[in-house]
Amino acid sequence: MRIGVGLPSTIKQVSGSTVLDWARFADDGPLGSVGVLDQLRYDSLDPLATLAAAAAVTTRLRLATTVVIGPLRNTPLLAKEAASIDQLSGGRLTLGLALGARRDDYETAGVDYAHRGQRLTEQLVALRDIWEDHAIGPRPIQPRGPELIVGGSDDSAFARVARYADGYMHGGGPPRAFASAVSKARAAWVDAGRPGEPQLWGMAYFALGERQAAEGRDYLLDYYAFTGPFAERIAGALLTTPQSIVQFARAYAEAGCHHLVLFPTSADIDQLHRLTETIATKPPVPPREGGQGGSGRAR
Amino acid sequence: MRVEVLGGGPAGLYAALLLKQIHPEWSLTVHERNPRDATYGWGVVFSDRTLTGLREADFRTYDEITGSFVLWEAINADIHGTLLRCEGHAFAGIGRRHLLNILQDRCEELGVALRFEIEVDPAGVTDADLLIAADGVNSRTRSLYEPAFGPSVTMGRARYIWFGVDKTYDSFTFIFKENEHGLHQVHAYPFNGTTSTFIVECDEAVWLSAGLDQADEAASLAYCEALFAEHLAGSRLMSNRSAWLSFPTLTTRRWSHDSVVILGDAAHTAHFSIGSGTKLALEDAIALAQAFEQTIETGPALRRFELSRRPRVEATQRAAEESRRYFEELRRYRHFEPRQFMFHLLTRSGRITYDNLRQRDPRFVDETDLWFRSAHDPRSRSSVVAPPPLHTPLVLGGAVIPNRAVMAPEPSLTAVDGLASRETLDELRQIASGSAGIVMLDHVAVAPDGRVSPVDIGLYDRRHAEVLSSLVTDIDDDSGARLLLSLAHAGRRGSTRPRSDGVDRSLRTGGWPLISASALPYAPGGPVPRAMTDVDMDRVREQFAGAARLALEAGVGVLQIDMSRGYLLASFISPLTNRRDDVHNGSLENRLRFPLSVLDAVRAVWPDDRPLAVALTASDQARGGARLSDAVAVVGALRDHGCDLITVHSGQTVYADRPNYDFDTAAHHSDIIRNEARIPTLTTAFITTTNPANTLLAGGRCDLCLLRGPHPPAPSPRAGRREDRA
Repeated sequence: MRIGVGLPSTIKQVSGSTVLDWARFADDGPLGSVGVLDQLRYDSLDPLATLAAAAAVTTRLRLATTVVIGPLRNTPLLAKEAASIDQLSGGRLTLGLALGARRDDYETAGVDYAHRGQRLTEQLVALRDIWEDHAIGPRPIQPRGPELIVGGSDDSAFARVARYADGYMHGGGPPRAFASAVSKARAAWVDAGRPGEPQLWGMAYFALGERQAAEGRDYLLDYYAFTGPFAERIAGALLTTPQSIVQFARAYAEAGCHHLVLFPTSADIDQLHRLTETIATKPPVPPREGGQGGSGRAR
Repeated sequence: MRVEVLGGGPAGLYAALLLKQIHPEWSLTVHERNPRDATYGWGVVFSDRTLTGLREADFRTYDEITGSFVLWEAINADIHGTLLRCEGHAFAGIGRRHLLNILQDRCEELGVALRFEIEVDPAGVTDADLLIAADGVNSRTRSLYEPAFGPSVTMGRARYIWFGVDKTYDSFTFIFKENEHGLHQVHAYPFNGTTSTFIVECDEAVWLSAGLDQADEAASLAYCEALFAEHLAGSRLMSNRSAWLSFPTLTTRRWSHDSVVILGDAAHTAHFSIGSGTKLALEDAIALAQAFEQTIETGPALRRFELSRRPRVEATQRAAEESRRYFEELRRYRHFEPRQFMFHLLTRSGRITYDNLRQRDPRFVDETDLWFRSAHDPRSRSSVVAPPPLHTPLVLGGAVIPNRAVMAPEPSLTAVDGLASRETLDELRQIASGSAGIVMLDHVAVAPDGRVSPVDIGLYDRRHAEVLSSLVTDIDDDSGARLLLSLAHAGRRGSTRPRSDGVDRSLRTGGWPLISASALPYAPGGPVPRAMTDVDMDRVREQFAGAARLALEAGVGVLQIDMSRGYLLASFISPLTNRRDDVHNGSLENRLRFPLSVLDAVRAVWPDDRPLAVALTASDQARGGARLSDAVAVVGALRDHGCDLITVHSGQTVYADRPNYDFDTAAHHSDIIRNEARIPTLTTAFITTTNPANTLLAGGRCDLCLLRGPHPPAPSPRAGRREDRA
């Protein structure tokens, strides 16, 4: 399993230079990827624009959207944008797509909420066709286009993973919840007759330091306010000590996770320093041979 | 703060006393419409004697309640006179009236006001800061705010009646008894030193046949006493306003509305067979009190209560639903021998597995293993130990399969012109040299245009048979495993790119024309197949028979015909994909006409002493599609036409289905097909370890399990126990 870090692009009023400082520093450290999140209505940087900029200041990290709300975006434009980032980054893009959970994001974008599932399914099919057939340039560096992962927690999400994608993006939760979702993602994968196995991505939030932990919970209550009482559960799961991060990561690795992306709840780059220190001094799992932890998809 | 509690049952009383203990300055009043000492029903049971948090919540009541518990560790079953016992379970029982007395006394000690024989109209309670509605399954409060709470009730199909009995059981006891009207079961458990609860249950048809719909309290009691006379051996049943009921399973979308919260049976019910109703009520009260310990703001506290409590309640309700359905459909398992019946009973809810039982009562599981082997292995010698069910042979269609593990290689990505690559063949040999009972090669095309993609394996050329023949020789030399070859025609799902690139994506170039029952494309915008003509049908039938002849020459052990997953033969069976206007559409008999003719043609080629399987879709998982009950009817016909084994799949009939990857659902499909249609099944439920496999096998829910890789390297010795692999 490789550990990655989320960029602070969804912290309110974060400066662009801070986000890029995070990307630069992460590129030097022991991390395998940087991730970005997506909410249209929330005061935040656009995830794909952020990764395009991150591509320019990094050389080795995998750049992952974990996730982008696919149906909000026009598919040919998304295909072109993703292929461009893949070009600009030398083939380092992992495009994670899901439905998102905010109805008002759909209303704001003027996209029909009721048929979002069908729209995502069609989008997944179309993206791959555009990239493989080079119907719309540029040609991505990764031969079949950016690695494609799908998020969600119901059986239709697992079906999308198995039928159209390379992997599964879990939305966060205790290791047991991850393990149970993974078991269904794998069941869907073999049911669809796919060879190899799906790439499995997990995520969690961290805040190291007492003051930072309190601020982090406030941030999560705000960022997930649209989920109602569920925000409290997300905030309650915040990882606030190096030990809890290491234990959490170990449990995810045991459950078969390939990439765990840890998201900050503060844009203070000291958080990234503390995280890399934690991972460097107490590696939760020995780094896998062969490095970047990129696409392990069967071909 | 003024709190009004409606309902003086366990949930209401316990919530009141806990809140009073945390906030002594609050004013708390419990209103109960019945007199103080009135109680209906006998004892209550706790399936798990640890009541989470009871000790921490209030030690005084914990001490008194658990001090009055009748404890026991065994589950007994009297199955048509055969007595079986399984130890190591934890149960506790207590008289309902005694429990209420403990809670009432503690309430009064703490200063909670108790008002009896008062029917309070919840609409009239307007000046309370918090209204706790613990007013039972028929809650008036819930009805008053019905849109806010969003209740939904499903009535059980069985009928049951509560009695007491002047007999002390030392276990949770099930009694299964049949008379001329049908099967009856009893759930009995002790609750004090002299009396036990005795619940009689039967399905509606039995209940009507016995005239119990017309029977009054005394007549019902007399009927049950006579029916269970042998078991009761002189003990008497006691009635207390006992009447025949259907169990209502209640779920509610929300548990609070403004300053009103519903607790216990008012919010949710769980079938009595898993003994959780009172436990849930008490734990609800604890969670509510904890929420008000952290904040006294009603809104946030009620949200916190529901958030923390709901997942646990829903998990219990799911297990209870499984259990309720099981008892409703018990007739299906009447043909089980008592030992298997008992194992199925113990593992019915999916919460207890083979490994759990081995920990609780190793002897019970050893005896189950011994029974399983003696029932299935004709060569077994008597001994004190037997291997677990997964490692027990299966006699199937005249052949002996050495064990119940089926393993398959990665889907082929490398075949050329239908010829399996060295890579696939090596993997097959490796799997066979492990300890699989069957090595399965799925998706072997009977014709070039029957392939899903150009890299699929086929069996339509002598060269294909030669490769297979040498494979079979290698496997035979190496192990006792059988090769199962699954013959398929992709139909309208053919001519696609390799599945490494995603599923059902048409070939850009080099594609071939497709055929199907009707001219409907599989994927939107995909190629439209030609509806098959009689000539097409004759050709495809001969392709299947031809492949069977080649398989026979190659020495293949088990042959399978694929009628699943939306492929050619399946397209005739499902009403979603068969829109023909000829003799192949309409009734099930018509839709099965062509698939059955293929089965007949293959069976004619395939010798009787070699098993012939059919892969079938148990449920289309799509609106308007074929369901499990349809599949059971199909299997009946397949069995009558010489099919020996059903491999149970689900979904994929149409592109836009609503798939279900739940393990329990897949296990249920296999269970129903096996025990309704009485045919061996191979389950494709996602299994990666031995425990779920042994659980399903011992419980008679399947006969073979598809174990998913990574395949263990263990070429373990063929004798002795082999528990540690897979």
